[in-house]
Amino acid sequence: MQNVRKIRVLIAKPGLDSHDRGAKVVARALRDAGMEVIYTGLRQTPEQIAETALQEDVDVIGLSILSGAHKTLFPRIMELLKKRGLTDVMVFAGGIIPEEDVPQLKKLGVKEVFGPGTTTEAIIKYVFDNLPERT
Amino acid sequence: MTKTLEIIQGVLAGNPRSIARAITHIENNTADASRIVASIYSHTGKANIVGITGAGGAGKSTLIEKIIREYRRRNKTVGVVAVDPTSPFTGGAFLGDRIRMQELTMDQGVFIRSMASRNYLGGIAKATKDAVKVLDASGKDIILVETVGAGQSEVEIIKVAHTVVVVHAPGLGDEIQAIKAGMMEIADVFVVNKGDRENANKTIMDIQTIMQMDNKEKGWKAPVLRTVALTGEGISELVEKLEEHRRFLEGNDEQRMASLRAKVEMELAEAIKEKTTSRIVEELKKEGEFEELLRRILRKEIDPSSAADKLLQEKLRK
Repeated sequence: MQNVRKIRVLIAKPGLDSHDRGAKVVARALRDAGMEVIYTGLRQTPEQIAETALQEDVDVIGLSILSGAHKTLFPRIMELLKKRGLTDVMVFAGGIIPEEDVPQLKKLGVKEVFGPGTTTEAIIKYVFDNLPERT
Repeated sequence: MTKTLEIIQGVLAGNPRSIARAITHIENNTADASRIVASIYSHTGKANIVGITGAGGAGKSTLIEKIIREYRRRNKTVGVVAVDPTSPFTGGAFLGDRIRMQELTMDQGVFIRSMASRNYLGGIAKATKDAVKVLDASGKDIILVETVGAGQSEVEIIKVAHTVVVVHAPGLGDEIQAIKAGMMEIADVFVVNKGDRENANKTIMDIQTIMQMDNKEKGWKAPVLRTVALTGEGISELVEKLEEHRRFLEGNDEQRMASLRAKVEMELAEAIKEKTTSRIVEELKKEGEFEELLRRILRKEIDPSSAADKLLQEKLRK
């Protein structure tokens, strides 16, 4: 039986800012790297993000945020993922996130934070290198 | 208890996490996938399966969002499989149908799954059929399947759905050509979406004219409905028609059994074909002759079709 695992990624924009250029560029780059990218549009609540990740059974979630509300929204998202048993999903973030907030986010379980200027190649490589195992 | 058993029991109990996992197994064609499908199969056959197809940009996703809401008003639970194309070059896919339906994500009576076509032809994915079975077995009353933006030959949906809705919109180009070939025969219901545009009447009339030329005796005449998915106009009438078609099928037992039989027969034949092909190719590859013939084809000493004849002749003689 040929097993053809595809990497499924959810690119989500939590919160109220309406700048999705970055999210779309990353979505497109991951698609071109052979992944299946689910994009859900702007202004997603933490609940919607967690529930979408569950229904779509994604391996990876990329959160894009530029509103500055990451310290409120990310803990909630991580908590809701855990509540649904989605502990094997890799979460990374991008957008405008101050350097000093990064350790706190990583403590919550966000694997990596990509700031402005990150190349899409770097993100692709990171996803491939840190893909969670599936049991 | 094994993981697979947990998934199977979860699906039958309607657990969304298990449904999601089961569909992933099916998409990835894992060893567990066949076990899952085998175990749930006897629980399928209760849901009403509606296919939504039509050209890209006609408004299928927006329409589906409104159809879901209407079914929810009627206290029906809904499962959705929304298919988008896979890039034949990179193998990747951008799945964006959910954007239009995202408000329904938190409704526990709705389960939405985006699916890449993974280069399966015909407007759906290879996994679509079995994913529908999972949703059916999980107890969803209605299952909506959104095909990729379809043209003239993407008609695989008829093998999956009980009722097929072909969606059109005015101003999409040479629309009537597309309807004539292929799409017309598969429609149980026609929808002209974006019906508030000024040339909508013409589109509706064009379709009606073609439909009159279609004098197949099916006992069901596909109606042409006008909707404006953005405002919700015409949606309850559409769902009413879908229900009417369901009652029509239920009331006509002979035809229903015949069509079900044809569907199952096709599925069985396809499964046999696929399994024998991959098994034979695997066998042949083990022998040296496969390599040898491959080299000869590359040197233009023999063409692929004749090489296949040669390989199979010897194989079947054994």
